[in-house]
Amino acid sequence: MEENKEKKEELLSEEVSASENAEVLGNVEDSEIPLDQNVKLMSPMRMILRRFFRSKLSIAGLVMLAALFLFCWVGPLFYHVYSPTETDKNGVSYTTYDIVMEDGTVFKQIVVQKKDMNDLAPPSSKHVLGTDEQGMDIFTRLMYGGRLSLGLSFLTVFLVSALGIIMGGIAGFYGGVVDNIIMRLCDVLMCLPTLPLMLIIGTVLRANDVPGKYYIYLLMILLSLFSWTGMARLVRGQILYLREQEYMVAAEAMGFSAARKIFKHLIPNILPQIIVSMTLSLGSMILYESTLSYLGLGVQPPNASWGTMIEIISKRSDILQNNLNVWMPSGICIIIAVLGFNFIGDGLRDALDPKQRR
Amino acid sequence: MLKYILKRLGVSLLILLGVSVILYVLLRCMPASYVDQKIVALNQSGGVSEELIAQLKHAYGLDTSIIKGYFNWLGNVCRLDFGNSFQNNRPVLQEIFNKDRIGTSFIVAAISTVFEFLIAIPLGITAATHQYSIRDYVVTVFVLVGISLPSFFFGQILKDLFANKLKWFPVSGMRDPNLSLEGWDLFVDYLRHMFLPILTVVILSIGSRMRMTRTNMLEVLNSDYIRTARAKGLSERKVIYKHAFRNTLIPLVTSLAGLIPSLFSGAMITESVFDLTGIGSYALKAMTCGDIPVIMTYNMFLAFLSVIGVLMSDLMYGIVDPRVKLA
Repeated sequence: MEENKEKKEELLSEEVSASENAEVLGNVEDSEIPLDQNVKLMSPMRMILRRFFRSKLSIAGLVMLAALFLFCWVGPLFYHVYSPTETDKNGVSYTTYDIVMEDGTVFKQIVVQKKDMNDLAPPSSKHVLGTDEQGMDIFTRLMYGGRLSLGLSFLTVFLVSALGIIMGGIAGFYGGVVDNIIMRLCDVLMCLPTLPLMLIIGTVLRANDVPGKYYIYLLMILLSLFSWTGMARLVRGQILYLREQEYMVAAEAMGFSAARKIFKHLIPNILPQIIVSMTLSLGSMILYESTLSYLGLGVQPPNASWGTMIEIISKRSDILQNNLNVWMPSGICIIIAVLGFNFIGDGLRDALDPKQRR
Repeated sequence: MLKYILKRLGVSLLILLGVSVILYVLLRCMPASYVDQKIVALNQSGGVSEELIAQLKHAYGLDTSIIKGYFNWLGNVCRLDFGNSFQNNRPVLQEIFNKDRIGTSFIVAAISTVFEFLIAIPLGITAATHQYSIRDYVVTVFVLVGISLPSFFFGQILKDLFANKLKWFPVSGMRDPNLSLEGWDLFVDYLRHMFLPILTVVILSIGSRMRMTRTNMLEVLNSDYIRTARAKGLSERKVIYKHAFRNTLIPLVTSLAGLIPSLFSGAMITESVFDLTGIGSYALKAMTCGDIPVIMTYNMFLAFLSVIGVLMSDLMYGIVDPRVKLA
């Protein structure tokens, strides 16, 4: 990409100088507009950005994600009444009794009871979205949970992609026996579906008493050891295709080192596909993380993630039915995040497709 | 052709061996004491003798080293003995492959797949023929929202809305335990229980199928023979349904074979949300509580299905598209 851009810029400057020469020579008639002013030259990068922003969906995706990131990372700077794992101890419950006197008049007796835990409080000025069954402020947990959910999926996707690019790159570039070994390994790992694998790793980690704080990070790191196959296949396929292109033959003829060929010539040309695939897998990683947390095998309580905040409805159907404020917000956040990544990934895919003419 | 299939089957066998090694090593990473504890906890009825624990562990070679244990397991598998579940000491194969488990999962998956195709393909075609129009945007947004829904969240919402609040459908389970129904009534009751799970699965899975149809359709619509067909003056209807759609069918039919795994593997989360007795919810329970024989067998089964699925879709490709030569 970078290379192409440079080439285009060179072309541009050449054309500019050519037209300047033309003007100096006085060959251009005044009524005719010089070519460089008439035709707008765009670098490939600008063309991609233009196509990307033409789609309303990708803009919507960007806005959604920007809002979520602001909410999670900047939000706590403004709203820091509670810590995400703090139980509100000042709870009050009201119970109303009707007392019917002998003459038929009815008194209402309200008994105010102090509770040591303000659990399942409805949304109020004190708690914007109320509290959960542990008396923790949901709005605060939503922000910190988002940090964890989004951060974790970024971490995992970067790990997975790095591994996939390295393995796929090696396989595609060197070919032969190395390629064969890596591809057979891919075949084996591809037969292990992601969700069951996550569950198994989660159970094994729990059996080994991994402390709750590191648990989810370890789980995600282990998971990435198993799920680089998709990316590796993508990179390998692209490299096999690009290896046959003329400019790679030229690079070979000029005696460039392997590292230079890979990092300067191959990787920049595969980058678009890698970025699209990473964006789309960010969304699915958030889904996996939340599913795992929902099953109690993900982020360990009292730490908050969007998935753990929904977990409670699998245990208590009264909360599912009566306390929408406990589980609905985090579910909506998950949907917004995944949808945002999907919109952007979709938009990028269309924008980066060289066959697209629009 | 036969040679090709045999060769592929041989490779598949090697892949399955690799999968089993990885799974076994992973599961052996659980400490032995934890396994003991789990066996006792799972057999809640009490009275679990030391003897039974030793017997259960021996069946999976958990009392020896990893390497010895693995070959012990492999030997048992060759005799089609996958061990007994830690939960009730019944043979795993019988537990998984019966009408309630895999039958339920298959019915849910099969019905949802039919609906998925019936809805996704027309949507994909309209989106492609009206590219960049309002219709395309609406369909795209709709299916992308479907892909983005977390299954547990969406399932719970449907359950809360249609079962708890509106009471149109039963909340969970496979059949009404209070009624003894027969014949037609039993069937209707069964369908009523299945409706919400199937709806969940369909909405979640329409997206990818629709996107696939749309992409393929766009590709075909841009090809030369479509231009020729239009140049001949054929009606747009004929161009789309006779010339374009038939060629979009190639990847769709091929993907049919790739569906084999999803037909039998069960939808873990959806099944457990709606308390269906399918294979998915059973495996999910086993995996969260460390029932090693069930975990091992279920995942080997999944790996087997996906190997078969890949092989079948390659063969299918050769049958549907004569340009593809298998070698």
